[in-house]
Amino acid sequence: MGLAKRIIPCLDVKDGETVKGTNFVNLRSAGDPVELGKAYSEQGADELCFLDITASFEGRKTFTDMVTRVAKEINIPFTVGGGINELADVERLLYAGADKVSVNSAAIRRPELISEITSRFGSQVCVVAIDARFDADGWHCYLKGGRERTERGLFEWAHEAQERGAGEILFTSMDHDGVKEGYANEALRELADNLSIPIIASGGAGKKEHFRDTFIDGHADAALAASVFHFGEIPIPELKAYLKAEGINVRM
Amino acid sequence: MNVAIVKYNAGNIYSVVNALKRLGIEPTLTDDAELLMKADKVLFPGQGHAGEAMDYLRARKLDLLIRDLKQPVFGICVGQQLLCRHSEEGDTECIGIFDAEVKRFQPQRHEDKVPCMGWQELRVSDNPILKNLGQHPYVYFVHSYYVPVCNETIATADYILPYSASMHKDNFYTCQFHPEKSGKVGEQIIKNFIDL
Repeated sequence: MGLAKRIIPCLDVKDGETVKGTNFVNLRSAGDPVELGKAYSEQGADELCFLDITASFEGRKTFTDMVTRVAKEINIPFTVGGGINELADVERLLYAGADKVSVNSAAIRRPELISEITSRFGSQVCVVAIDARFDADGWHCYLKGGRERTERGLFEWAHEAQERGAGEILFTSMDHDGVKEGYANEALRELADNLSIPIIASGGAGKKEHFRDTFIDGHADAALAASVFHFGEIPIPELKAYLKAEGINVRM
Repeated sequence: MNVAIVKYNAGNIYSVVNALKRLGIEPTLTDDAELLMKADKVLFPGQGHAGEAMDYLRARKLDLLIRDLKQPVFGICVGQQLLCRHSEEGDTECIGIFDAEVKRFQPQRHEDKVPCMGWQELRVSDNPILKNLGQHPYVYFVHSYYVPVCNETIATADYILPYSASMHKDNFYTCQFHPEKSGKVGEQIIKNFIDL
């Protein structure tokens, strides 16, 4: 049988409340992250992802408290990310009960952070999140929610992340995010076929077929989405039943 | 019900504590010989390096104590591996309840990623710890080392090859996966252990 393909609802959290952006702007509120996470878990989500989009010190403490609550109340694995700049942030979140952390900008700025996390806690806790856009000269990594272009190419950076011990790559295509026309399957496939660690597809889910396509055409190991779940457009039980009927190994 | 969790240097014990609390049980996290011996149930979870864990247990004689426990003991993840005879991880002599050798996964194809991380469906045999799991018991695994199928295997998973997902011998029960992270199925397994 092997591993089931995973469905991962992602919750953006600001000051203890979930929000979701379309193309990283226009935030709409969608409630208490712990309650929402619990509802997803009961519906059959395989994993949860909580992203802290608060910048303040106060907000960070609120987020850590939320992580503790999630660990107490929810019995599936969860990843937390956003605002992780150094090993101390990773420690704080893992000790609060997170199973994995996702690092993004800080890892691009200082790739040694990945090695530090994985030599301390093992590669399974370290998800490297990459936001990238297809520019005239190919796929490039971006920082600050897409406002700052870097000189790192998507594929070479993903490869370096793997070499440094990353356990998974979470790839968000900024071109596809919020558009709801499907995931960036060509780029995902190139990542999945050339790396030996799991790839999580992110950005672009609008209907059930998009999940099937990213597993079959994009060779993704997991698919992450937010608004289609938050606003009930795609109920998870219905999505799973559909994927199973399409011959994909999913947890029922 | 007096439930103890073996306290040692292999992490992620708090997720097991939380899982027990969700079932209304307040476990005692301890490395005290007397408390462990008089507990009704003992959980032996773990994550991390088998060699470092055994060094820590041996230095405190916890390896001998665990071996001689008479009440139901539940070894989880690295806990299952440490209850075997030997592990390839750090060429480590383990506690030896199960006469099995813990091996590292050897990828055969590109899809064979190590660590094995994610949900797999179990094939279960008739055992009190595995009852009432429903038709498709999927559980959550994170591991690079595995115990081959042996006489004491009571559930298998199939990743690269079929291996022991759960084992039972006398008062010792184990699982390679994380019941505390395996949704309702995992919760049922922990409940089954508590109800033994």
